[in-house]
Amino acid sequence: MSDLGPLIPRNRAVHPAPYAEDYKTSVTRSPNLPLLSMESTPSEETGPVFGAELIGELDNNLILNWSKGLAPAVGERILVHGRVLDENCRPVPNALIEIWQANAGGRYRHVKDTYFAPLDPNFGGCGRTLTDESGYYEFLTIRPGAYPWPNRANDWRPMHIHFSIYGQSFGQRLVTQMYFEGDPLIAHCPIAATVRDRSHLDRLVAPLDLSKSRPLDFLAYKFDIVLRGRRQTMFENKLEGM
Amino acid sequence: MVQKLTTLAETPSQTAGPYVHIGLMPTYAGNAGSFPQEIGASPVTGKVNGQMIDIVGSVFDGTGWVLRDALIESWQCDGGGRFPGEEGADPNVSGHCRFAVDEATGEFRLTTVKPGSYVGRGGVRSAPHISLWIVARGINTGLNTRIYFEDEDNSGDPLLSRIEQRTRVETLIAKKVADGKYRFDIRLQGDHETVFLDL
Ligand SMILES: [Fe+2]
Repeated sequence: MSDLGPLIPRNRAVHPAPYAEDYKTSVTRSPNLPLLSMESTPSEETGPVFGAELIGELDNNLILNWSKGLAPAVGERILVHGRVLDENCRPVPNALIEIWQANAGGRYRHVKDTYFAPLDPNFGGCGRTLTDESGYYEFLTIRPGAYPWPNRANDWRPMHIHFSIYGQSFGQRLVTQMYFEGDPLIAHCPIAATVRDRSHLDRLVAPLDLSKSRPLDFLAYKFDIVLRGRRQTMFENKLEGM
Repeated sequence: MVQKLTTLAETPSQTAGPYVHIGLMPTYAGNAGSFPQEIGASPVTGKVNGQMIDIVGSVFDGTGWVLRDALIESWQCDGGGRFPGEEGADPNVSGHCRFAVDEATGEFRLTTVKPGSYVGRGGVRSAPHISLWIVARGINTGLNTRIYFEDEDNSGDPLLSRIEQRTRVETLIAKKVADGKYRFDIRLQGDHETVFLDL
């Protein structure tokens, strides 16, 4: 295989602090010792390839996929769309994007979620897709509700969709959350606040995108994602210092 | 003022939260049938060249409590040291697996082919290892680590040799408990904290 160069080292400053005292679970689950840093190796530079045959026709349509197309889910119909790029501004084609979310009332279809907002019999809450040649993806879903969670006495999660992204290598693996423009709960959320710099948190907030909204059908929100890139220079693959 | 760089910053991570299984392992979340086929169900898809092994372990927090909600992904080369897609790679090794800890016992089990060693950039040979990525509620950015094996020659491995405190190397080495059976515990914090990686 040709050498595409090592991964650009992760800039940890854009990512959350591992230890965040207002997000209580992180207090005992955050490593105390420094991470071991070195240049990426084939283990991080390679990764699984996902074929289109894995993806079912309704997999990116959360309004219909749980009922197998029989009955739509309840809620505000939205299109979530965007592009996956790398740090070098190159589109990432064939990236696997998986999302999961609460229903319109803020309840997850998960054995451990006991919030008293009811389940929607026509909403499962997960979807997946592969990006196209230009890194573009789309999901049709409903806007998730905000929900309370056990942390401080009165903590509520802003409306959000969980995203898992697989680019072309294991070292690019990323999980994040998309928030919605204008949600007043973002400013009160200890999980959102783990992102140290407000300008980086803003990049998790999807703007309303009327240009993609379909009249009399759905609103649209745009969410672009950036994965780690690779470093290629004319001076790679030489002995250090030579 | 200077010229603007044209590079982009990586999207910030957020915790995968307690319900990550809905999206990545729907059957585990109680939602069998969400997708026709789930991703990462097994790192091997048929008869492989090499030894099949079982790795069992748990993930502990800083108080020594076992996590019941962790989800782990693994990535590895085949028994001959080749990654899927490489010329000559074992067609029955996908190399990728998703597994969750058992919600009652907190134990995970990875059944896979024992990876071979490979030569990386600059001609350096890595000892056999499996890469892991761990997410859970309270983990704000997925944690990376590696499983090495007690019964392999790990002496020249470029990653292990960078660990200054030699006693910490042990945290990356799976203990052999029987033929083809290994134990690998992950400690997020505190005594014997696992070495986590930034590669
Ligand atoms: Fe959530």
